[in-house]
Amino acid sequence: MTAREGPGKRGMIFAEPTIFERGAPGREGFSLAQSEVPLHDPAKEIDASLLRSEAALLPEVSELDVLRHFTRLSQWNYSIDTGFYPLGSCTMKYNPRVNEEVARMSGWAKLHPHQPQSTLQGALELMYLLQKFLAQISGMDAASLQPAAGAQGEFAGLLMIRAYLQDQGNARTKVLIPDSAHGTNPASCAACGYEVVTLKSGAQGILTPEVVAQAMDEEVAALMITNPNTLGLFETHMAEIAKIVHDKGGLVYCDGANLNAIVGKARVGDMGVDVLHFNLHKTFTTPHGGGGPGAGPVAVKKILEPYLPNPVVMRREDSFAFDFDRPKSVGRVKAFYGNFGMFVRAYTYIREMGAVGLREVAERAVLNANYLRKKLEKFFHLAYPQTCMHECVFSDKKQSAYGIKTLNIAKRMMDYGYHPPTIYFPLIVAGAMMMEPTETESLQTLDRFIWSMEQIAKECETSPETVKAAPHVPKVRRLDEVKAAREPKYIYKAKG
Amino acid sequence: MNCPKDLKYTSEHEWVSLDGNTALVGITDYAQDQLGDIVFVELPEEEETIDQGDTFGVVESTKSVSDLYVPLSGKILETNDPLLDNPGILNEDPYGDGWMIKVELSNPDEIKELLEAEAYEQLIKEEGA
Repeated sequence: MTAREGPGKRGMIFAEPTIFERGAPGREGFSLAQSEVPLHDPAKEIDASLLRSEAALLPEVSELDVLRHFTRLSQWNYSIDTGFYPLGSCTMKYNPRVNEEVARMSGWAKLHPHQPQSTLQGALELMYLLQKFLAQISGMDAASLQPAAGAQGEFAGLLMIRAYLQDQGNARTKVLIPDSAHGTNPASCAACGYEVVTLKSGAQGILTPEVVAQAMDEEVAALMITNPNTLGLFETHMAEIAKIVHDKGGLVYCDGANLNAIVGKARVGDMGVDVLHFNLHKTFTTPHGGGGPGAGPVAVKKILEPYLPNPVVMRREDSFAFDFDRPKSVGRVKAFYGNFGMFVRAYTYIREMGAVGLREVAERAVLNANYLRKKLEKFFHLAYPQTCMHECVFSDKKQSAYGIKTLNIAKRMMDYGYHPPTIYFPLIVAGAMMMEPTETESLQTLDRFIWSMEQIAKECETSPETVKAAPHVPKVRRLDEVKAAREPKYIYKAKG
Repeated sequence: MNCPKDLKYTSEHEWVSLDGNTALVGITDYAQDQLGDIVFVELPEEEETIDQGDTFGVVESTKSVSDLYVPLSGKILETNDPLLDNPGILNEDPYGDGWMIKVELSNPDEIKELLEAEAYEQLIKEEGA
């Protein structure tokens, strides 16, 4: 029944219908014991307008139907466990299995958030130590693990900046953001009620002190900067820029999404940064890209510590406890205490790597990116030719002569077995292809990838139509992204 | 890239067609080409007063989302609503059926800040370099 004609019918991998198209009327995948609670008639207890008149069209499937359906779908996934994934700025590195082993220990996995604190001491100690580790790694004074993702960390950080400035008498109105920033930065500012002023990067792809000085005034609450930036370049004027911002009473926010390039080597706290968020699901190897959830802790300098989201974990003489008695706190940003399972994984990773190991992470991530950069610059235009950090940005400039655009190259990469890189970002590079190999890939993997990219570059010249019509190999061929965006269908409608 | 001589331009890639005290505004051929297939358009309300440099709408393509900037201050007389249902018009005919708003100018002095076709062509040449 599932071995239909058309795309997806290849060997033993079948096209997979939706779960709604599986099963048969009356088939059940569960059996429940007799309820001890007497049945109630909903019509007597709930307003008629809130009751459905027809049964919901739920799938009627057996346990095996469900298992096969989702196992098959999972086999279609492309993941870091199945192949190289050079998705720029996402740090798709290997998530060590020891993280999973530790996170599954029942002492962590079976905790209930409402348990008395006296029975949570191990978990609290782990959170306390992770707060300390993150602060130490980044050169900051204190941290909160609560935000559930990078963007929520940004939001929490800006809330703290706002509360701090408000206490100084004026919350101010603007935030400065370089044009090489992550797209979430302006969104977080808008969510906090700040107007965004975009700063132009200099010719070298980094922010210059002159541009910041010109834009900086007493209405600027903060500068929000990503270091290394999304061009994969280190912002070398960071300390000088931070001083310009501080001199006018503003604060400096650093987006830590690209921390993988400098972890253990440089501390943003030493460069004048007042708030930093971490993406545990990038630098600290917790699952990522649908395997989440994410975790975006924030670390701050002393002046902002009173404003950290509530609660933080504190150490008492002989125990650990949630500290709620923090009147200046911006409050909770997440139900309960953040995504605790991710803390266990990140803590495990830090302890496994140690200080020396983390330094090697940065060294190898930068080495791998520069190896890609040097090898691929023969075939693809490099937007900024200097030494890069953890990622480098190519464009379709050389291939455009053959009518090939970045999107075509990205699709063709799928035929060679690779997840495409981040494309058309950063916005300041036309036709950008942003590649981040990460430190966990071997020389052989990189060489194989470079060979594939070389083939694609040649195909652009010799058989551009093949590239334009890619992908040819995957189960699903070229999707009509334009139609999907122009005529989105949000609701599943049963056939027949 | 097509830049009609009778239009004026902004460095943010809007074009302006002047007719007495009113102006039609849209995005340039270069802009639509850089954006790629446009999938969503947001336009302002008619009768709304807008100031030069403010954003008056949004265009979204499969690549990115871009704000549209008001080239000349004034009041919106009319918006090109068919674009909302059929944003592809912007790709097909940016200078014709793809016009976006019609503005009654409140400060015609601002016209001299706009670019002539030659200057705009130079600008996109530099941007593409």
